[in-house]
Formats: sequence, structure tokens, C-alpha cells
Amino acid sequence: MTLNLILGQALNGLQFGILLFLMAAGLTLVFGIMSFVNLAHGSLYMFGAYLAATIATHSGSFVLAILSSLVLVFLLGWILDKVGLSILHRRSHLDQVLATFGLVLFSNELVRIIWGNAPIYMDAPSYLSDAVNLFGLNYPAYRFAIIVAGLLVAVGLYFLIERTKIGMLIRAGASNRNMVSALGVNIAWLNRFVFALGAGLAGLAGALVGPIVSVEAGMGEPVLILTLVVMVIGGIGSIRGAFYGALVVGVVDTMGRVFLPIWLRETFDPAMATAVGPALASMLVYLLMAIVLAFRPEGLFPVRARG
Amino acid sequence: MLKTSMFLRGASAAVLAGALMWGGAANAQLKIGFMATLSGPAAALGQDMYDGFMLGLEHSGGQFGGVDVEVLREDDQLKPNLAVQTVNRFIERDKVDIVAGVTFSNVMMAIAKPLADSDAIFMGMNAGPAPLAGEQCAANFFFVSYQNDQQAEGVGKYATDRGFKNVYLMAPNYQAGKDAVGGFKRYYKGDIAGEVYTRVNQPDYSAEIAQLQAANPDAIYVFYPGGMGINFIKQFRLAGLLGYNPWLSVSSFDGTTLPALKETAVGAISGSFWGADFDNPVNKKFVEAFEAKYDRIPSQYAAQAYDGALLLDSAVEQVGDQYQDKAALMPALRKAEFDSVRGEFEFNKNGFPIHDMYVFEVAPDAKGRVSHKTLQKTLPAHPDSYVGQCPL
Repeated sequence: MTLNLILGQALNGLQFGILLFLMAAGLTLVFGIMSFVNLAHGSLYMFGAYLAATIATHSGSFVLAILSSLVLVFLLGWILDKVGLSILHRRSHLDQVLATFGLVLFSNELVRIIWGNAPIYMDAPSYLSDAVNLFGLNYPAYRFAIIVAGLLVAVGLYFLIERTKIGMLIRAGASNRNMVSALGVNIAWLNRFVFALGAGLAGLAGALVGPIVSVEAGMGEPVLILTLVVMVIGGIGSIRGAFYGALVVGVVDTMGRVFLPIWLRETFDPAMATAVGPALASMLVYLLMAIVLAFRPEGLFPVRARG
Repeated sequence: MLKTSMFLRGASAAVLAGALMWGGAANAQLKIGFMATLSGPAAALGQDMYDGFMLGLEHSGGQFGGVDVEVLREDDQLKPNLAVQTVNRFIERDKVDIVAGVTFSNVMMAIAKPLADSDAIFMGMNAGPAPLAGEQCAANFFFVSYQNDQQAEGVGKYATDRGFKNVYLMAPNYQAGKDAVGGFKRYYKGDIAGEVYTRVNQPDYSAEIAQLQAANPDAIYVFYPGGMGINFIKQFRLAGLLGYNPWLSVSSFDGTTLPALKETAVGAISGSFWGADFDNPVNKKFVEAFEAKYDRIPSQYAAQAYDGALLLDSAVEQVGDQYQDKAALMPALRKAEFDSVRGEFEFNKNGFPIHDMYVFEVAPDAKGRVSHKTLQKTLPAHPDSYVGQCPL
């Protein structure tokens, strides 16, 4: 076990965490501000990946593909909220879960009708398809680009939420939506913007992972589950919580997958380690979630109470 | 007015229904219940099986051995409980003569018992789990595909022949993954640099790839079907590693995933019993017709199902109008007197094939599309490893 391996894994964990953050930021805003449970968030991620793959194939421009899928999924979110989901805002969580789960099934089949059964092709642009040398460590350039892009988005979101008028309204809406509404702010429009923003971020995450995962129907569900874990660990409704929660989950999951089996092999019988290691490593983030729920049910970084 | 039209509509429906019933009774038909995974992420596999089977039926003149055929198409959704219901319906309500298809081994295991106890003949076109080749083999089961371990065994032999001393093994952590690794080890004589099992449907392999790099093996062997293989090889490539180690695989880079990978997978070696470039007349006809009809290169799944159709055609031909007599049809099927797209084909006593294993390299074909190129035969006339446990 070398220092390089540990450093490389830390970067891998960071990169995975950044992607989870893009997903969790949208979901946590929608849940925190609108109190709306959106299981179809993973489907928006899938649409982002499909749109990016299609645009990249037809236009040949990778940057155009990423940016336009962000915009298109933002618009898709806007339309979804306008034509249907806004009706559900005032319903119970169970109704919302049921309706958005239906949307998940619908989206998966829709994607298969439009793009076919087989996964579709998307590759990283040639200038990002090799490894970069970071202080003597060879690291995939594309993964490094994801880290950079994700951090830029995180900084952008921070400014949007903390430093702009719209951000102030969003924060106010999260604390007391009736009061904001009474002050003459169009809360329906604000909700729609937040929902579309979350959708756009999910679309961006999908577009960014296109070159490193299989673009196929149902690709959003495994990510959605981890995103929900991130929200619970980080604290629901808090962008800061989503950011730190995502990094914690990304690093714990990645490190656990590598070092837990190694440690088990050194400590116990190798045959047993091979059998137990992978199972235990895949449970690790859920164990972490259970511990957080037991001791800090509001999450590690909850929304600060505002007077 | 309204009443009259409704009456007319009802009456015509009744007449139509009567005509259909009469028609059904007069025309003798071979009834086939075809079930595969036709929705969800793995739908491409089932779709290729269905398309291959229907193309085989078309090439047999739309009939099997001169008998009209009715195909009932059902989707198992990769749910074993649903598959059991569908098979029971095939057997009890539809009274099918033959149940065919089945994409996944877990579905196969769930329906094995009701099928073995039934009067129907089962023709497996993909899944070939070990228990059904061994202790639980059944006289009315015919697998026109392969036993799950066979392809892995061929690749293991290849690794030994190439003189690899240190191979790194990876597979998802479930039964088929362990079988694929087990089959490889049965014929591989060198050392194992590492054996890693990952979560099923894991999207990110960065951690495992870094570990693999650190182990520095002679070669890598993977079993990652469907989207998992795409995820894995894309990420491996982006780490700047492809071409650095020989890359061995089974069921990972096949006709359903290559269109999503294209040149990313070039150079990968995979084991199978069939390749689209096989130079025999049946295969050429099959590949050409499949490409013309469906506008894609057929996968192994399509080839297996096509063979299934040709086998049925040959067997019904032999028994003539006794095709509904199981006692007559089964020996005719067992003779396997048909020209398979893979070349030599023979049934073992457990209903699994004895056939040649090959390895292929992912490379551009004559038309410049990324496909498989035959490298060499690894295990000629290879029976499965479980036939000794079959009591038949």
C-alpha cells in the first residue's frame, strides 16, 4: 500500500463525492424549500446523459453537449413542474412518492422507445482522454475535469444562494414560505425556478458522467439511492450539508471498497475476507447513515436555525 | 340508431370470434411460448433473442417442418416470480408444446421445477446454470446456447496457452460472477494476482482500477455483462491503461454493448462459441439477413435463438404430424440434425451442447464497424463440467 494509492483513492472519492453533490444539491433544495419528494431526480440525470451523448455524437462538440444538456434539462424541469408536479406540492409525501415513482418507470420506458434498448455511445473528448500527472501521480484527466467542474458549480451555487436576491428569497422560502408569500413574492414562480435549477444540476451530473458510465435506461436509480443517503447524512434542505455529506459518502464508499478488503485479508482468514469484504464494503455508507441517524437525526450539517 | 349499431357491432364480433375459433381448430399448429427479458436495462439481450428466433422461423419458411407455428411472446421483466406465473400460464392455459427463450439464470432456476414436471419441452436460448447441467438435469430440457461455465473455461485455457503467469480476476459479487471466475480457474494454470468482487450494478470502478494498477498483473480477466462492462472499460480507458495489459473477458463485450463502446473496447479478448465472422454458409446467411432486417450486427444472443429455430425446424420435419407427441419429438431434438451457425453441434445427455470454444478480439470488421474477429479455437468439442453429476 503506497502513498500514491491512498492519494489516488482520495481523489477518486472526491470525484465521486462531487458528482453526488450535483445530484444532492438539487434534491435537497427541492425537498428543503418545497417539501417535495422527487424520486424522479434520477430520471433527470438519465435524460442529461442521453441528451449529452446525442448532442456530442451529432455536433462533435463536447462542451456544447454538456452545456446544452444542462439548459435542456433545466427547461424539462420547468415544464414538468408547470404541467404536473406543481399540483402535487400541497399533497402528502406519499402521493408525491407514488407520482414521481410512476414518472421514473415512465421515463425509463420513454428513453427505450426514443433511443432503443441498447446503451448508447459517448466518449470523453480527445484532450481529456488520457491521464494527467499530479505531483507524480497519474490520474485520469477526465475525472480531474469533473472535480474542477463540480467545484466551480459549488462555488457558483454558494454565490447564488448567499449573495443574490433570488438566493435570499430561496433561503427565506425555506424558513417560512407563508411569510414570504404574504410579503408579495410569487412563491409559485420561486418554487418552479428551484425545481428547474435542481433538474438542471441533475442533468449536468448526468452529462458529465456520460463518458465514464454506460448511458442506459435505469442508470439514475443507483445514483438516486446514494443521493438520498447523502441528504440524510448531510442534513435535509442544506446546500452546505449536501456538499459535505456528498464528500463524506464519496470518500467513505471509495476508501471502504479498497481498504476494507485489504484490512480484512490481513486480519482474518483470506477465504472469509474474500466472501465478507465486498458485502461489508457496499454496506459501509448505509452503516454510516444509520449511525448518523441514531446520534444526529437532523444530519451532520443541518440548516442553521434562523431567528 | 345507436342501438342498431351496437347490435351490429356485437353480432359481427361474435361472428368473428366464432370464425377464429373454427379456424384454430381446423389448422394444426405448433404452439411456442417464448419468454425473455424484454424490458428494463437488460432488454437488449431479450430483444436480440426474439429477433434471432423470429428470423430463424422466417428462414424455415414461416413454419417448422411444414407445421404452422404460433409464437406467444412474453416479457419476464427479469423477475423470477413473474416468470413462474407466465410459465404456468403457458403450460396450463395456453397448453404450449414448447417453452423457449429465458435470458437470465436466476429466472431459469425459478422456472426449472414447473417446467421439468410439465408436458412441455423446454428450449433454453441463453441461461445455462450449473445445477440444471448437473444434479437437476431434466430429459425435456434442451439448451441450444451453452452452459454458463463453458465460455469462461475456454478463456482460462487461452490464458494458460498464452503463458500468462499472473492474472487479475474481477466480477460482480453474485452467482454468475463467481461461476465465471470459477470456470476460468478450472483451466488456468498460472497464479492469481488478485480476485475482486464488486457490487452488482456498481457505476464507479475508480477504486478497483487503482488497486489493479498497483497489482501490476500480466493480464486481466473480467466478467461484466451489460452496462457494468461499459462502465468498467470506459473508466479503465480513461485511466490511460488500455493496451497496457492483455484484456480477457466473457459475456462483457458482446453485440449488445459494442455499439455503446465502439473503439473504446478495441483489443479486448473475449471467449465464446460463436462469432459474427464465422465462415460457414448458415452463419453467413444468418448474419447477412439479420443485418439487412434489423440494421445491426447480430449478437451471440440472436445467434443462439436462431439456432433454436433451426433445431426445431429439423426436429418437427423428422416426426411429421406426430409433433405434439413428446416421446417422438424429444429424440428428434436430441439428434440435433441441423446446421448450426457455430459449426459442429451435438447434445450431451444432460441436454447441453458439446461444441467448440473460441476466443475473439474486438476489432473493426470488413465494413469498418467495431465487432469480433476470431482469434483461435481453444477447447474443441468441449462438454460442460457438470454432466457427470447428471443422473439421466
